[in-house]
Amino acid sequence: MNLSLLVILPLITTLLVLLARGGGQVKAIALTGATLQLLLALFLLYAFGKERSAGDHSAMLFQANYSWFAPLHIYFHTGVDGISVAMILLTAFVVLAGVLVSWDTSFQTKEFFFLLVFLSAGAYGFFISLDLFTLFFFLEVAVIPKFLLIGIWGSGKKEYSAMKLALMLMAGSALVFTGLAGIYFKAGGSAHSFDMMQLAGGLIPVKVQLFFFPFVFIGFGIFTALFPFHTWVPDGHSSAPTAASMFLAGISMKLGGYGCLRVATFLMPDAAQHYAPWIIALSTIAIIYGAFATMMQTDLKYINAYSSVSHCGFVLLGIGMLTRTSVTGAVMQMVSHGLMTALFFAAIGMLYSRTHTRMVAQLGGLLKIMPFISTIFILAGLCSLGLPGLSGFAAEMTVFAGAWQQPSTAYRFATILACASIVVTAVYILRATGQSVLGPVTDSHYEQLPDAKWNEKLAGILLMAGILAIGLAPFWLQQLVSPGAEQIIQQAVKSVTIK
Amino acid sequence: MPHPLHTALVVLLPLAGFVLLGLFGKRFGSKAGLVGVLVLALTTIFASMTAGGYFFSNGTVSGVFRPLKDLSFTWLAFSPNIKIEIGTLLDPISAMMIVVVSFVSLMVHLFSLGYMKGEERLHAYYAYLSLFTFSMLGLVLSSNIFQIYMFWELVGVSSYLLIGFYFQKPSAVAAAKKAFIVTRFADLGFLIGILVLSYYAETLDFGTLIQRLTDTQSSYSVGITAGSFMGISALTWGLVLVFAGGAGKSAMFPLHIWLPDAMEGPTPVSALIHAATMVVAGVFLVARLFPLYAFNEVALKVVTMTGLISAMFAAVIACTQTDIKRVLAYSTMSQIGYMMFALGLGAKGEYGLGYTASLFHLFTHAFFKSLLFLGAGAIIHLVHSNDMKDMGGLRKFMPITHISFLVACLAIAGIPPFAGFFSKEEILSTAYHDSFIFYLLLLLTSGLTAFYMFRLYFSIFWRREAHLHGHHGEGTMTMKLPLIVLMLCAVLAGFVPFGHFVSYNGQPLEMHVDLLFSIAPVLIALAGIGLAGWLYKSENDRPHSLATAMGGFYQAAYRKFYIDELYLFVTKKILFNLVGRPAAWIDRHIVNGAMNGLASVTGSISSAIKGLQSGKLQQYILYFFAGIALLTLLLIYRFASMPV
Repeated sequence: MNLSLLVILPLITTLLVLLARGGGQVKAIALTGATLQLLLALFLLYAFGKERSAGDHSAMLFQANYSWFAPLHIYFHTGVDGISVAMILLTAFVVLAGVLVSWDTSFQTKEFFFLLVFLSAGAYGFFISLDLFTLFFFLEVAVIPKFLLIGIWGSGKKEYSAMKLALMLMAGSALVFTGLAGIYFKAGGSAHSFDMMQLAGGLIPVKVQLFFFPFVFIGFGIFTALFPFHTWVPDGHSSAPTAASMFLAGISMKLGGYGCLRVATFLMPDAAQHYAPWIIALSTIAIIYGAFATMMQTDLKYINAYSSVSHCGFVLLGIGMLTRTSVTGAVMQMVSHGLMTALFFAAIGMLYSRTHTRMVAQLGGLLKIMPFISTIFILAGLCSLGLPGLSGFAAEMTVFAGAWQQPSTAYRFATILACASIVVTAVYILRATGQSVLGPVTDSHYEQLPDAKWNEKLAGILLMAGILAIGLAPFWLQQLVSPGAEQIIQQAVKSVTIK
Repeated sequence: MPHPLHTALVVLLPLAGFVLLGLFGKRFGSKAGLVGVLVLALTTIFASMTAGGYFFSNGTVSGVFRPLKDLSFTWLAFSPNIKIEIGTLLDPISAMMIVVVSFVSLMVHLFSLGYMKGEERLHAYYAYLSLFTFSMLGLVLSSNIFQIYMFWELVGVSSYLLIGFYFQKPSAVAAAKKAFIVTRFADLGFLIGILVLSYYAETLDFGTLIQRLTDTQSSYSVGITAGSFMGISALTWGLVLVFAGGAGKSAMFPLHIWLPDAMEGPTPVSALIHAATMVVAGVFLVARLFPLYAFNEVALKVVTMTGLISAMFAAVIACTQTDIKRVLAYSTMSQIGYMMFALGLGAKGEYGLGYTASLFHLFTHAFFKSLLFLGAGAIIHLVHSNDMKDMGGLRKFMPITHISFLVACLAIAGIPPFAGFFSKEEILSTAYHDSFIFYLLLLLTSGLTAFYMFRLYFSIFWRREAHLHGHHGEGTMTMKLPLIVLMLCAVLAGFVPFGHFVSYNGQPLEMHVDLLFSIAPVLIALAGIGLAGWLYKSENDRPHSLATAMGGFYQAAYRKFYIDELYLFVTKKILFNLVGRPAAWIDRHIVNGAMNGLASVTGSISSAIKGLQSGKLQQYILYFFAGIALLTLLLIYRFASMPV
């Protein structure tokens, strides 16, 4: 299968969106494009599984390599392993759901859908790149549209939030770029290379790794709400329009997690070992502190934003623990959190568009009035607090079980703290659902409000299907991701045994 | 002949019921209840066939019960050895439990037909009941310790949904939340306990886990007893932590605070989850891992003492409460305390009498306690109040409820020949053989039990005539039938030769009732009943003057010994105000401030130095000469300081 299709398809869609006349056409094209993306992603999953079961165990499948800028050794080198396939699937689900919930956009419709689809092209490109420069290029493609989406279609103090988000993510990109440039010039003597498959396997001298690892890891970490660089998350989410929130939490934050794994940990295994205590410390802080901070929030979007800080902490914890299981868990958590948080933001958006408030105290009793929306809201909450049968449980338990394999007492302590956060999660989730959709109806105006429309129902069902597919049968995702995790971990473990 | 499929069907049928009612429940309208009852009836049949087959045909090998494991497939693999395998495990305790759970659930389904009649969200109610039954049956049939944890959490969430069924009542939502969070907190212990045990045993499978850790020769067992933290061995940590999870679900002191509040749910729900099923999950968990507990003196001691304290503590509180459901809730806590206590002593003595006695009490208690709750449901249905102050003289209005309630009270008080007598007798005998002090304390608690149960009985059915406006009789046939069936069970369950089925080592255990030994417990129970009758059978001011005479102690018991206030202090004052609020404040003001500060520093530096790029030639020349001057000075300084 030609992976470039994943980038080409959204690009064609954006072109058609530009050529379309009127909002109706724009939406139809965007919806068709997003549906095709999902079908393509599902086909990729099928083709990948078929290839693997046929006995192809090479690290990356469906590789293609085109020269892009020969003098600097920049290639358009693409290929996927199970981790990338999982992330691509996540992206496809969130994009389609995002297009569906934005169906009622009336202001600058064409530009809105253009940016939405364009962003997905960036995300796909990022996940299939095996060349550091190409990867960085797509990372940037995915950042700029978000600035515009929040700044133009956002709400509240949107200019401030858009600027903050863009600046912090740009700072992250700058750090990443510094790190990548360092790798390019310092690795493997004279042959400068951006090619990940060449650079992997300890080609980068340990000294270089130790110097540049923090740049790359913190840079990507900013994207995935690494403490203390998470402050863009609450503001960014609260001002973003629903679909942008879904993309931001569902896809963008995952770009960071994927980068931490694929670039930082995979290419610089010695440094990953060396800095592991720092990563674990920061992620544990993020988990606990994010959970407690969530408990005090009163705005539904802030609640979900802060809880994302806590949940993305599990991703970083899984990466920091550097066992096959914990890294598998980290990837599963990325997928799970992406689906769940997108569903949560979708539900919050639906409630907000009807009641015009996101304050928990002003809502109440909506389960009776809007059963569908309230039910997906509750289900997203239950997924967040780790109910077995929904995706969060399988992912978090894999991280915990993987983390526990590290016998050091300090790491055990961090794991116990991380486990303890699920109690705090239960507190804030049940507070939020108990007050906003349960309890008495707080405002008699709510009585007449309509339940979800077809597009909203479809989006909810789509994301719910993803959550259930992982929650009820997590083994397929675990089997998909685990070999990729193994490959990343091998380097790090080898580097220890050599020492 | 339990076919593996039967065993799986026991779990899958209620699940199918849940999916059916959850997705299409609205279409059934008022028929949703019938669908639920039908599914549960089928489940009960399959459960009885499975259990019957196990006990009477294929469960034994040369007279000894052995576990039967079936249908194991890998749900999630953490590592090649440590994986969650979904399967079923039939052994005496799980076979006994599936019958109890499905049977009581069926009775509750049936009773709810009348009790919940006209309820708008009837389909949701029955869907939640099915979900709960599914989770509970899955829990008892689990063959893997992580599988049991999953069903454990599912039980928690379905209980959340059921307690909070009247979701427009803020108190119901709060109670549901409290129940979930307190048990979640306890489950944290369970989870970490699983991590500890599985790390050393390198398996999650119950059978293998127990076998590896109890074989003192094996490297696994050596590892877990050698590993220690804070001077306590890893095995003890693991077992005590797992027990913490069990204590949370079973409402053991000090994790009991959710149970009285949980009475906010519909009353039949309490009959199901707070009498016969969920609350005994903790006892079941310890029994499931019993060979391991038996291996560890410290963990057993913790189980015993927790049980003893809970039994006494709850019995004292139960004597003072006026909400009839809360009295029953504390009574449940007290009775489960008995079970835990006996289980903790189960490894002592030659036969492991405590183990059998504990599960026997679980078995009989399931019938009479769910009968009490259903009876309370019928009473509340008639009186529209939970408070015994609004009741009195009800025996005339509801004869069937009256008789069945009386039987259940006699059973729980331990009067022969009702079911509770037999099981309590064995527990007291276990205590007697271990320590005379334990025996005396439990004997006293028995007296208290008889007292508070008959205080309840006389206040509801005698005392005085309650004024009922336009009452509608005792309820429908579907409400009376379960009462009658359960009453028969409460009379007869004690005659089951329980030791033949459930014992510590799978071999039949003969339990005798020693007539001489039973004199003391029966006498003290009769004394309790007599006292209750003297105080509450007719209207008088004796209860009031007694309460006044007890003064502070009565008040403390009435206020449940201020445990709730203590929790509130810890959660509200400490966790919210000293951790949550500062975390949120620090994030907005310090961390975020630092990030914004970085941006504004960058901004001000850039605006400060942008004047340098003015484009004015004179200024540039000035900078140029200033630079030269500075460099010259530097050079001079450098050369001057050089040694010549």
